[in-house]
Parts: sequence; structure tokens; C-alpha cells
Amino acid sequence: MAETNGRLAENIIYFARALRAAGIPVGPGAVLDALAAVDTAGVGTRDDFYWTLHAVFVKRHEHSVLFDQAFRIFFRRRGYLDQLMAMMLPQAPSMPRPPEAGATRIQEALFSGLDDKLKKQQEIELDTRMTVSDREVLQRKDFAQMTNAEIAAAKDAIKRLVLPLAEVRTRRLAPHPRGHLIDIRRTLRSSFKGGGDFIDLRFVGPKSRPPPVVALLDISGSMSQYSRIFLHFLHALTDTRKRVSTFLFGTRLTNVTRALRERDPDDALASCSAVVPDWSGGTRIASSLHAFNKLWARRVLTQGPVVLLITDGLERDADDNLAFEIDRLHRSCRRLVWLNPLLRFEGFEARARGIKTMLPYVDEFRPIHNLESIGALVASMQPGRGAGADPKAWMQKVA
Amino acid sequence: MTNKSLPRPLPASIDATVALLAEGQYLADRSLATVLYLALKMGRPLFLEGEAGVGKTEIAKVLSATLKRRLIRLQCYEGLDISAAVYEWNYAAQMIAIRAAEAEGEQDRERLERDVFSERFLIKRPLLQALEPDASGAPVLLIDEIDRTDEAFEAFLLEVLSDFQITIPELGTVKAAQPPAVIITSNRTREIHDALKRRCLYHWLAYPSAERELAIVRSKVPGVSKRLSEQVVAFVQALRKQDVFKSPGVAETLDWAAALSELDVVALDPATVSDTLGVLLKYQDDIAKLEGSKVKELLDEVKSEMRAAE
Repeated sequence: MAETNGRLAENIIYFARALRAAGIPVGPGAVLDALAAVDTAGVGTRDDFYWTLHAVFVKRHEHSVLFDQAFRIFFRRRGYLDQLMAMMLPQAPSMPRPPEAGATRIQEALFSGLDDKLKKQQEIELDTRMTVSDREVLQRKDFAQMTNAEIAAAKDAIKRLVLPLAEVRTRRLAPHPRGHLIDIRRTLRSSFKGGGDFIDLRFVGPKSRPPPVVALLDISGSMSQYSRIFLHFLHALTDTRKRVSTFLFGTRLTNVTRALRERDPDDALASCSAVVPDWSGGTRIASSLHAFNKLWARRVLTQGPVVLLITDGLERDADDNLAFEIDRLHRSCRRLVWLNPLLRFEGFEARARGIKTMLPYVDEFRPIHNLESIGALVASMQPGRGAGADPKAWMQKVA
Repeated sequence: MTNKSLPRPLPASIDATVALLAEGQYLADRSLATVLYLALKMGRPLFLEGEAGVGKTEIAKVLSATLKRRLIRLQCYEGLDISAAVYEWNYAAQMIAIRAAEAEGEQDRERLERDVFSERFLIKRPLLQALEPDASGAPVLLIDEIDRTDEAFEAFLLEVLSDFQITIPELGTVKAAQPPAVIITSNRTREIHDALKRRCLYHWLAYPSAERELAIVRSKVPGVSKRLSEQVVAFVQALRKQDVFKSPGVAETLDWAAALSELDVVALDPATVSDTLGVLLKYQDDIAKLEGSKVKELLDEVKSEMRAAE
């Protein structure tokens, strides 16, 4: 009995390692929990065992798919188990062993299977109607490394950045010298100091803080030369502010918020590049916005965010769908700011159909002159600067 | 004490958990029963995420009813703070006590402070109440819609959820003799911090299968005919596959079945569906998408599938 328990515990530990390798963050605490959970529930049916481990290891809905795959591969094919364990062991065997037959296949079965399944799942989630297009070019992006001076300049520039609606009032109260409510707790505390003879009033007022920022960055072919600078900008922004979510879209939508949380800008951009399959391909703004509205809007557009839409607006199929989706986006955020690098060219007019469709729904339309540095980008976003921020002016020009 | 108010022991197996929930007319699938059983048995909070209207809050209510324990509910909102969620001092009473002490010529300030910050002047809010011993067993604590608060509030919860204790600076640490059964729900309108999730068992509550949904409609709206309930469930299930902004939840299905039964409908027809679509769909864009021929199309599809299944 003890023997089988020992084996089971070992298997669970290896399984946790497999999960970690597959990208589910499983800490040692979770492994202990899993052992306790299996002990509590007992190993009854396969199903119960599955859900017992699921209850402990999965902390996010999107990890369910990974868990499912890993569980199936790990616990169904018993023959693979030993080889798998050998593969997962952190210390390499001291003697170089010849590759075992089938090792590559197992690796493929374990990892590429996960990958494919996940990718497929994401595709389905993103747009059920999406058909594969010949315009969709899948490729990875190599970014030039950032120099130290560039990083320092970027950080410096971001510090000076004042986004529209720099601060919004929240409903949380905090000590405030000219607040509108009496903070009885602090008032009483401070009165005790004087023995309660004088009541020294202390106040609280609403706390204000920067609103969340949601950035939607176009990485299609026509925007490819700007994506590095924008990604660096968004990385620096993620680093300095809380609650920044970043999405990239070309032909499909990818959430890269977690990738951009890496401290080092080069690492962050590299992991961004790794998760995005459609660099410099075509653009499907409408379907990307649709995916965002349907899958993410309710999750990230809370607490009154500022949405930065970074695209040149060159959409081939500018139709009612595009208007509908951008309208919905506009209605679910506090302020929709469109940054358009096309505007840096002299004599730009909002003639392209995609641009004309989207213009009526944005609050600010910002031209970005000189995209050589983040400093310039930040400067162009200052309120008051660039009188051309009003989308109505641009609409009148072409009317 | 009558036998009725005695608390029931916690379920002893996954099957017992399914049975317990069924007793409260909650038809849970095996995965939910497993995670709930583990949460109760291991004394860990259960973190439930899912779309609106899939029955997250209901679990806590059913649990408290079937286990015959007190339900303590903390509805979250933006700006929720310690004084509304955990405890507050009764300042008015404190002031009177100070004045009274002064009138009696009390000089010892330290003693005065000790007296004023005693349990007598403490107002207990839901989280603190949940840690108190209760004659009918440890209560069920429901922390509802935690995604509505801001990040600052999550930090308050960490101590409560991991050690079932609360530290009050003036008084000391209050620890629960028996940890409450904690259910936390979230609609996922924002991501909850990993530190909080780590302390809980997590479960994503999905829309039920057609079979289960039918059973739920039967048990919750008993007045509906077999045929109508089957049609209602099949239609809602088909609707969830459509590209709508907000799919109807189980709560909407139940509302719809009840509404149709109030209208004495025996079988679905396009006109009735169009007229009552507002019960199922809550966005004008979604309703506009379905109005007209689309409803008839969907209904025909559902009916022909049902005929094929017979």
C-alpha cells in the first residue's frame, strides 16, 4: 500500500513538472496541495482523479486546455511514463546516453501536441468565422536589440508622458487634507493624544489614480517599420504603470500583456515575437476588433480605461462590420485615442475608406510625426500639442 | 435545541456532494462536485469563475441551506474597504465612554484607550462575523463578484483566506476556531491577482450540457410541459453557438421557461420567440441580429434536430 502511494506521489510530482514545462505555473505549494487532495478524495475513477488534480493545478481558465492535454498524455500511455520522467529530470545523466528510439516522437507527442492544440483553440476562440486567407503571412519578427541609452531615454520620456485623462477619481477613500468626509477613525486617534479635550478633525477624500490603459497595436505589413518603437513604448509603459494591457493584431488578435511584463525590453520583445504568429501579414481590423470586443472587452475594459488604437487604418474590407465594432469599442471605454503614423506625411488626408469609417468613432486622432524615438512619440501625445487631434477636423477636410 | 437546527456533517465523498447539492435542487456535474468536496474537506476557499448566470452564487446558497449553516454574504463593489468588510469601531459609543470617564475623573490615559478599544465597541462586518464560532457550525462565507472591487481590497483578503484570521491593530488577532466554507465568485471582468488565486481551489463554471440544462429546467420550473422544456433548452443551446455578444446563461433559460409557461405557450413558434427574446438576450445588437427570419431559421433547425433524435 505504502509502496503504491509512494509511486503515486512520485507520479504527481513528475506530472507537476510536465505541467510546468507546458507553461502552467505550478509551485511546490501546489504539489503539496495535490498530494493532500488526492489523499482526501482517494484515487477512485479516472475522472475523479482528473478533476482532483484539475482543482489544484489549474488557476486560470485558459490553462484548462493545457492541463487536459498533459493529463491525457501523461496518465494514459503508461509506457511513456518512464521515458517522460527521464526527460523531465533536472539533473542530466552523468553518462551521455545514446538517444532512445522514439524519444523525439515522445517529445513531439508531448509538446508539439500541446502547442497545436493550444493554437487551434486560440484560433477558434478568436474568430469562429475566420477562414484561412492567402494574405495571411505567418512569420516571426526579429527586433534589433535596444541600446542602454535608448532604454534610458525611453524610461525618461515615459515619465514625462501625460496621457489623456492622466488621473481619474476612484471610489476608494484615502486621507486627504481637504477631503469632503471626516475620517472618524483618525480623528478619534489623534484626539486621544490630547486626552480627548480637543477634537482635531481629519479628512478623507476620493483617491485618484491613472486609469487603465489598453493598447491595440496593428502589426500588419504596412505598419511593420513602426512596430518595434511602439512595442518598446508599450513595454516601458507596462513597466512604469499598473494595469496596462496590450494586444497585437494583424490577421488575428494576440494578448501579449504577460510577455511585456518581462523586465528586460529585449526579452519582452523576444517573447512577444514568440507568441505572435502573424507579423507583417495582412490586416483584418474589423475581425480583430470583433475578437477583442467579444473575448476581451469584458475582461480588460473595466474601471474606465483609455484605449490606444495604433493602426494606419488601411483596411481592405471597410464595411458596416468595421463601423459596428469600432462603435462598440468606443462605447465601452472612457476615451478612444487613435495614433496613426500615416499622419506624419505632409498633406495627409483621411481618404482611405477604413480611415473614413473609423474616424467618427474616435475621441482623439493623433498624428505621429517623427517616429524615430520614444521621446518624439511621447511628445506627440501630449494634450494640447498637435491641434489636429480632433477627428472632426480631419473629417471636414475631406468632406 | 431541536434536531432540525443541528448542523449536518460535511459530505464524506464526491457522490455525497452531488447528492447534497441535488437535495437543494442544484444539479452539479462531477467536476464541480469534486472541487467543492475537496474545498470543504481540505478547508480551502473555492474560487468560481464563469459567465454571468451560470449559478455561481447559487452554490453558496444551496450549500448553506442543505448544510443548515448560516450564510454570510459579502457583496463586493468598487471602493469596498476594511470598515465595510471587516470591522469598524463604534465611534459614537467610544466618545460617550471617554466623556463619561472624564466626568468620573479618570486620569490614566492608557487605561482609557484600552477600555475604548475593547470588543464592546467593535462593530463586526461580514468577514469578521464569518470567523466567529456559531452554534450551527462554521458558516458559509460568500464573497460575491470579487472582480468588482479594486486590487487594494484583494490584499485584505489574503490573511483571511490563508489562515482564517484577522488582525485588528488595537485588539489583536481574531482566529476562527472552525474555518468557514468560503465561496468566492468572479465574472472575470478583470484578472484577479495570482496571490489570491493561489490560496484557493479554482473552478471554471461552464454552461451546462443540454441534458443537464433540461434536468435543471425540469426541477426549477416544474409547471412546464416536457415538450416545451425540451424545445426551450435546445433553442438556448443553439443560441449559445451563435455569434452573440452575451450568450444567455442558465438563469435566462429558467426565466424564459417560466415566462413561456406564464404565457400558456405549449410549443415554440417564431412569433412567440421574437416577442420574448428580451428575456434571453440583453443587448439590443444581439436582439436585432436575431429578429426576423433568423429566429425561424434557428427554430426550424432545432425542431428538425429534435425530430431526428426521436
